[in-house]
Amino acid sequence: MGVATVTSTTGDAGTEAIKGAGPAQLEVRGVTKAFPGCLANDDISFRIEPGEIHALLGENGAGKSTLVKIIYGVLQADQGELIWEGAPVTIQSPHDAREMGIGLVFQHFSLFETMTVLENIALAMNDVRDMDALRKQVEEVEKTYGLPLDPDRHVYTLSVGERQRIEIVRCLLQNPKLLILDEPTSVLTPQEVEKLFETLRRLADEGCAILYISHKLHEVKALCQKATVLRGGKVVGGCDPREETAKSMAEMMIGQKLTAPDRGESRTFGDVRLDVSNLSLLSDEQFGTHLKDINLEVRGGEIMGVAGVAGNGQNELFRALAGETEQEAAPDTIKIDGKSVAHFGPRRRRRLGATFVPEERNGHGAVPDMSLSENGFLTAFRRMALSAKGLIREMPTKSFADNIIKTFDVRTTGTGAEAGSLSGGNLQKFIVGREILQDPGVLVISQPTWGVDAGAASAIHQALLDLAAKGTAVLVISQDLDEIFAICDSVVVMAEGKMSKPRPMADVSIEEIGLLMGGLHDLEGDVTPANNLEVEGGRVGQA
Amino acid sequence: MVRLEPRRQHSQSMVYLSPVLAILMTLVVGGIIFAFMGKNPLDALYTFFILPINNSYGLSELFVKATPLVIIAVGLAMGFRANVWNIGAEGQLTMGAIFGGGLALYFYDSESVFLLPAMFVLGALGGAFWGAIPALLRTRFNANEILTSLMLTYVATLFLSFLVHGPWRNPEGFNFPESRPFPDAGLLPVIYDGTRVHLGTAVAVLVVIAGWLLLSKSVIGFQLRVVGKAPQAARHVGFRQKRMIWFTLLLSGGLAGLAGLFEVAGPIGQLQPSISPGYGFTAIIVAFLGRLHPVGILFGGLIMALTYLGGELAQITLGLPNAVTGLFQGILLFFLLACDVLTKYRVRFGSIAAKGRTA
Repeated sequence: MGVATVTSTTGDAGTEAIKGAGPAQLEVRGVTKAFPGCLANDDISFRIEPGEIHALLGENGAGKSTLVKIIYGVLQADQGELIWEGAPVTIQSPHDAREMGIGLVFQHFSLFETMTVLENIALAMNDVRDMDALRKQVEEVEKTYGLPLDPDRHVYTLSVGERQRIEIVRCLLQNPKLLILDEPTSVLTPQEVEKLFETLRRLADEGCAILYISHKLHEVKALCQKATVLRGGKVVGGCDPREETAKSMAEMMIGQKLTAPDRGESRTFGDVRLDVSNLSLLSDEQFGTHLKDINLEVRGGEIMGVAGVAGNGQNELFRALAGETEQEAAPDTIKIDGKSVAHFGPRRRRRLGATFVPEERNGHGAVPDMSLSENGFLTAFRRMALSAKGLIREMPTKSFADNIIKTFDVRTTGTGAEAGSLSGGNLQKFIVGREILQDPGVLVISQPTWGVDAGAASAIHQALLDLAAKGTAVLVISQDLDEIFAICDSVVVMAEGKMSKPRPMADVSIEEIGLLMGGLHDLEGDVTPANNLEVEGGRVGQA
Repeated sequence: MVRLEPRRQHSQSMVYLSPVLAILMTLVVGGIIFAFMGKNPLDALYTFFILPINNSYGLSELFVKATPLVIIAVGLAMGFRANVWNIGAEGQLTMGAIFGGGLALYFYDSESVFLLPAMFVLGALGGAFWGAIPALLRTRFNANEILTSLMLTYVATLFLSFLVHGPWRNPEGFNFPESRPFPDAGLLPVIYDGTRVHLGTAVAVLVVIAGWLLLSKSVIGFQLRVVGKAPQAARHVGFRQKRMIWFTLLLSGGLAGLAGLFEVAGPIGQLQPSISPGYGFTAIIVAFLGRLHPVGILFGGLIMALTYLGGELAQITLGLPNAVTGLFQGILLFFLLACDVLTKYRVRFGSIAAKGRTA
């Protein structure tokens, strides 16, 4: 794989470009952009025809976001040019870009929670005089493109999918000729993704060019007609996603062969090690999600996945399990190895053999401007006996950090390096390693491979599988369904602070999880699980 | 448009060089100010910074002045590390002097060797008590400790004033607002004959060593640093912020109280309405000048002590107002903070788009 395919596909792209009738909607020619210490974009060229859905593929740090910022006028290229409808242009600012007809749907939404949908849309328009006229326009766009949205609802009451719709409607109101979507589906359920794709296809049929940035290859395969693959700031190939497999595109993206995690033989489970029963807890945050009657049991040797769209109570669940919440959970709602820990702080839970890896690495899982040695000490000083009589034991602390670095292949200059100087993947390996080497009975890990390169991700997955094989109960909170399907034995789904019943991975389909992510498990009682997908699907259609 | 842009990497050596740079710039600006006041800048600077310490007595006075500054600043630095902003060390110093000094006044004819150690304990307790009030208000009612500790300073100063004007006034003191002189058993022994260098100076050195051990070798010092640098990580591993607030306010209050006691049981020898030329406030500058590190604070304390001596001498020999001392301290803090900002950030001129091009 690799070289041969890459050259042939670029060849294809080239001939197609020559064949293309009119000028491209946008052509990027030799764009180069350097930041201090890194060449983010190196001589990037590709073109998008009107009506084409074009994928921009690449891992984190491949240079996708920089390129988008250049096209949208947020950054200026050091070299190279942009050709818009056949004529060279300079795009000085996002304002210019919008005037020309470029719309961008951000990965992170820029919405005001306490304002209505319509007010939020009005804020993003260059000039709005007549709110009623705007309302009519909005309703028209919503109808045409199948984007149901009540203009008068306040944003904080909306789901993430609905919030994204606001962003899309905002863009569509300006009649874009090129619509850029940056990782639009990372916050959507599979069903919401399908709806979004319908909208995008309709737009493309009307001649709008779409630049679709993602690392989710199934989606790219389903949606896009062409793809440009970036790696390390360079274009390493182009292809027609419809003719590739997800695996071949992934290998193009990371530049090496992919190995599937080794799950070992079918595993046997021991006693329940993490037991959560009837856990309800108010969120510490103003717009947080309250936990409602959470029940789950993780047995020794089992990896349970917690799926769900972000913001449905996963963070609150993690904090409740780790003992970080300000409010205490009711007695006996959380048990570790049969011992009630609901009233315990993090340190006592850790003493009982539970360890935790939070989603955010910098500032939550690790202190960025402290050394790796100190960051190893941070969570392990009790269990690994790194302190004595209130003093830090220097040598054991250093050798513990050293051990993590060696065992988990953390690329760094040494134990003295600041945690913040490590790349995301390396720091995550260090944090995961730190908790695993403490030989935990229970490990709760949130978004284990979020923003981590593919190599590190597969190492982390393997480490979790190995840990479970030794009899640890592992709870994986993840938004990435592929990840859950790859390593988990069973799965629960969180929606609006509630949790579905656990299901063995073997008996559950991705569609079913998608429905649960949408918050349908209230109806679960009516429906016999597993073989009644049709019925549940029908309900969605009516809803 | 001028903007500050975070530096991707900040140089470690600049962190330690910036105090030196700040001192140099303070000297330059100080010289310019002297010139405007009609004095020869070089002469004035010489009078201010060299003359006070070019004899052994002057040098010993430097240690006397640096003693309270160092003791207080080590305590404050612990709090600043954990983002606990005790601005009221001056008040805690005063309460320490009142508590410890009160004991000496109660046993004014005592000859017991236990009097002085008991005064140490009471002085530290008095300061810690005054630090406990902002700690309670912060942990219970989330009241900002910057404001409460600062306001309590004025309460403490007025309380001292009330005592020496009223109940604790020396009955044989011709109505001067001063207490009785402390008994000999309640005075700090001078450790170098012919100077005013007292036992407190030795204690200050011990405080520096203990502070260094606490901060870099102990688990609680580690917790302090984590709470200050990454509160969420601290919560994640169960380092409780409230405990750190209590610990640092009691510690810095106690040390300030001890420093206050050393002043009244040392150079002053009695209670009087004014027992400190703002040591509690100057110690804040000392703490930052010393990079919140006990060893750095030792040097920072000596430098700030010099501004007090220089100010006094400039008043006597050049006829400059005493406010020059405060002026120098202020300029120094200003340059120090400016250097720190420029260590962490770079200044960018022009619009965002322009920045894109130059990057």
